[in-house]
Amino acid sequence: MLELIKQTWSWWFSGAAIASIMFFMLFFGQSFGFSANLRTICSAAGCGKSVKFFDFNWKSQIWNLVFLVGAIIGGFIANQFLSNGEPVNISAETIQDLSKMGISAPTSAQPDELFSLNAIFSLKGFLILALGGLMVGFGARYGGGCTSGHAISGLSDLQLPSLIAVVGFFIGGLLMTFVLFPLIF
Amino acid sequence: MKFLKFLILGIIFGIVMAKSEAFSWYRIQEMFRFQAFHMYGIIGTAVILGVLGVFLIKKFNLKDFYGNPITFYPKEKSIVRYLVGGTIFGLGWALSGACPGPMVVNIGYGYLGMIVVFFFAIVGTYLYGYFKDRLPH
Repeated sequence: MLELIKQTWSWWFSGAAIASIMFFMLFFGQSFGFSANLRTICSAAGCGKSVKFFDFNWKSQIWNLVFLVGAIIGGFIANQFLSNGEPVNISAETIQDLSKMGISAPTSAQPDELFSLNAIFSLKGFLILALGGLMVGFGARYGGGCTSGHAISGLSDLQLPSLIAVVGFFIGGLLMTFVLFPLIF
Repeated sequence: MKFLKFLILGIIFGIVMAKSEAFSWYRIQEMFRFQAFHMYGIIGTAVILGVLGVFLIKKFNLKDFYGNPITFYPKEKSIVRYLVGGTIFGLGWALSGACPGPMVVNIGYGYLGMIVVFFFAIVGTYLYGYFKDRLPH
């Protein structure tokens, strides 16, 4: 049993688990949208004094911050107790494409070229991480949500704005992967 | 105690993101290169079950665990903000290999570089709030 849990979980089980999390949120009287936490953190840090967008009762969002803390703990548990140490099981084509860019085949879940301490403390490595985060944070709020809010919650409610946002996610993702990556790496 | 259920949901979410490998930069690259079904299977399964469930909630006017009706708020109509915001998000998603949820899962997993990504995601959110009134919506 534990051996089964330690392997990569199947897409259908993982997808069903994510849908279940969304439904539990709804039945707990809330909705599933992770990036709202970023706005809540800005508000809790006192940004509401100078920027109206952050001037709201952030304490009403503590439930979502607790969910965020849980997600950190979940990541820790997955690594400490539920990992068999195998690298992520990506396709051979992807490994080949990435090696042409100088990204080595997986030895864990993340490439050393981007996430090792050496990479973080190099100028280029730092800028990649910082710029990536900046665009995710800015784009999530401008677009009104992230993968959980739009791709999962919004599409489940058949909302056209969410479909437009998800199309945007892919325009941006493809642009980065096929146009900008060859210039960056 | 009233927050304990959200802590447990968060822990399950973190474990699922890690064990499905959806929190991996490699998996996001594989997805944007259309070289495996895995990520599409995860999101597709979640959406198909989500559509079914939301349909049933609406059809039978289901109440939440506290007896309040479950309501869905239609998002405001616009194209520009969703398309432009979504595209900027997608650029960042492919570059950092993580959307906001998986960022913190990575931090818990031990990938400390994601602290940089998450910190700047907060900065990006602040910049949006700062420039909000000057952006087309």
